[in-house]
Amino acid sequence: MIQMIDIRNAEKTFVMHLQGGISLPVVRNVSFHVAPGECVVLSGPSGAGKSSILKMIFGNYRCDGGVIGVRHKGDVVDIATAEPRQVLNVRRDTIGYVSQFLRAVPRVAAIDVVAEPLLAAGVVREEAQARAGVLLRRLNIPERLWKLPPSTFSGGEQQRVNIARGFISDLPILLLDEPTASLDAANRAMVVELVAEKKRAGVAMVAIVHDDEVRHLIADRLVDVTSFAAAAA
Amino acid sequence: MLDVTVSSTAPTVRAPANDEPLLVAENLGKSYGRLAACRDVSFELYSGEVLAIVGESGSGKSTLLQMLSGQLTPGTGSVSYRMRDGVTRNLAEMGEAERRFLFRTDWGFVHQDPAMGLRMAVSAGANVGERLMAVGQNHYGKIRDTATSWLERVEISADRIDDAPRTYSGGMRQRLQIARNLVTEPRLVFMDEPTGGLDVSVQARLLDMMRTLVSELGLSAIVVTHDLAVARLLSHRVMVMQGGRVIETGLTDQVLDDPREPYTQLLVSSILPA
Ligand SMILES: Nc1ncnc2c1ncn2[C@@H]1O[C@H](COP(=O)(O)OP(=O)(O)OP(=O)(O)O)[C@@H](O)[C@H]1O
Ligand SMILES: Nc1ncnc2c1ncn2[C@@H]1O[C@H](COP(=O)(O)OP(=O)(O)OP(=O)(O)O)[C@@H](O)[C@H]1O
Ligand SMILES: [Mg+2]
Ligand SMILES: [Mg+2]
Repeated sequence: MIQMIDIRNAEKTFVMHLQGGISLPVVRNVSFHVAPGECVVLSGPSGAGKSSILKMIFGNYRCDGGVIGVRHKGDVVDIATAEPRQVLNVRRDTIGYVSQFLRAVPRVAAIDVVAEPLLAAGVVREEAQARAGVLLRRLNIPERLWKLPPSTFSGGEQQRVNIARGFISDLPILLLDEPTASLDAANRAMVVELVAEKKRAGVAMVAIVHDDEVRHLIADRLVDVTSFAAAAA
Repeated sequence: MLDVTVSSTAPTVRAPANDEPLLVAENLGKSYGRLAACRDVSFELYSGEVLAIVGESGSGKSTLLQMLSGQLTPGTGSVSYRMRDGVTRNLAEMGEAERRFLFRTDWGFVHQDPAMGLRMAVSAGANVGERLMAVGQNHYGKIRDTATSWLERVEISADRIDDAPRTYSGGMRQRLQIARNLVTEPRLVFMDEPTGGLDVSVQARLLDMMRTLVSELGLSAIVVTHDLAVARLLSHRVMVMQGGRVIETGLTDQVLDDPREPYTQLLVSSILPA
C-alpha cells in the first residue's frame, strides 16, 4: 500500500535560550502513516504535542531526528531534511494546512483569501472566485461579508473562512488542527461532510479534534500521541 | 510592528521555470578597517523567491545588500547573476556600463528614503518614464500611458502625474518609488527597509500592495527589514544577521515560529527594541 505520509521516529525538543537554555522534549519516536483517503486523528491531552506534530509535517516546526516521508508528485520527500524551496513546493502542490486560527492578511477580501490557493495553482480568477463562493455559502458565510477583509469577522466566521481556504484546493494531503473548535452544530456537520468528500477524493488527512462526536464521525484510525510524549519524558 | 500573526502568508512561489539560481552569493565579506561589517555570506536565490534579511542595527544588512546589488565592491567573495539570456555572470567581471544598465532595467532598488530613489523636483510621470527611456523607449505618448497605468497600479490617482514627488505624502512617495522600479519589469528587486519611517496604517497598505505585485509579477526580491511582520508577510525565506554574520536561515515561518539560535529567539520574543 502506498502511504501518503510515513513518519518514522520523528522527534522534537525545544531549547529555550531565554530560559537559561533549558530543553523541553516534546515528542520522540513518532511513527505512523496515512494512506490515501484515510483520516488519522491524533489524540492526547493538551500539551501532548499534537499540534507540534502537524507543524512538523508541514515544515513549520523543525524536526530534530527521524524521517517525515511525504509523497509529493510521485516521489517521497523527507520534510525533516528538505531544503526550504522544496518544502514550499510541497506546500504548493501537496500539503494543505488548516490552522486553528485564521492567519489574516490585512486588506485582502474574504473571497480572495479563500480563492488564493487556487490562483497559486494556476486556476483563472473567475473560476477560483466562483469555487470560493460555493464553499463560503456552504459554510454559511453571508454574501455581504465576502468582499470584506476577515480581520473584523467573529471568531467562528474567521475559522470558517480558514476552513474554506484549506478545503478549496485539490491537494492530496490535508492537515487539520481543530477545525471545528469554534463552530456551531450546523457548521460542524458541514465540516464533517467536507472531510467525507475529501476522503472520497482520496485525500490523506491528519486531524486534531477535541469534539468526541466529530472525531467519531471522521476518524478512520486514532494515533495516541501520549505514547510518543511518554517516550520523551 | 504590524499586528499580524501569520504563518505562510507569503506569496506562493509559482512552479520553478528554471532550476538554476537567479543570484548566487559566495563568501561575501566587507571590512572597514578592523570592523568586519559583513563576513562569509553565501546563499542562492531562485526565481520567484523573496528573501528577507533581518537583524539588529549595525549587523551588516545594508552592507550586504549593497554588495549584492553591485553598488559596493565586496572585500571577499563574489556575486553572480543569471542574465535574461540565461547566462550566469559574475558581477565583478562586468563592465561598469553593463552593471549600471542591469541596475536600471532588470533590477530594481527601493530605498528606505524615497528621496534617494526618486528625483524629487521632476514630475511623477517623468520619474516613472525615465526608466522606460533607459530601456530604449522614446515615444512620449506611450511612455506617458505606461506611467499612468503604473501610477494607478500603485494607487496614485492619474491626475497627480504632473506633480513632483516633493508634493506627495511619505506613503505616496514610497509607492511612486516602487512604480518607478517596476515599470521596466525587472526580475529582481532589492529593498532596504521599504516600510521604515511610515506610520502603521500606511505600512499595511504598502505591504499589501507589494505582496500583490510580487506574486502577480512573479518577482524575486531581497528585502532588508528589522520588522519581523514585514518578513512574515512578504518573504519565503529569511536570513538572520548578527555582528556581520548570518547566524540562522530557513523558511520564514519556520525561523519565526521555531527559532533555534539564542539571538533569533530574542528577536522573535520582541524583547529587543525594533
Ligand atoms: N514554538 C514553541 N516554542 C516552545 N515550546 C513550544 C512551541 N510550540 C509548542 N511548544 C510546547 O510543546 C508542547 C506541545 O505543544 P502542542 O501545541 O504541540 O500541544 P497540543 O497537544 O497541540 O496541545 P493542545 O491540545 O492544548 O493544543 C507544549 O509544552 C508547548 O508549550
Ligand atoms: N562606509 C562605511 N565606513 C565605515 N563603516 C561602515 C561603513 N558602512 C557601514 N559601516 C559599518 O558597518 C556596520 C554594518 O553597517 P550596515 O549599514 O550594513 O548595518 P545595518 O544592518 O544595515 O544597520 P541598520 O539596521 O541600522 O541600517 C556598522 O557598524 C557600520 O557602522
Ligand atoms: Mg494543539
Ligand atoms: Mg541598514
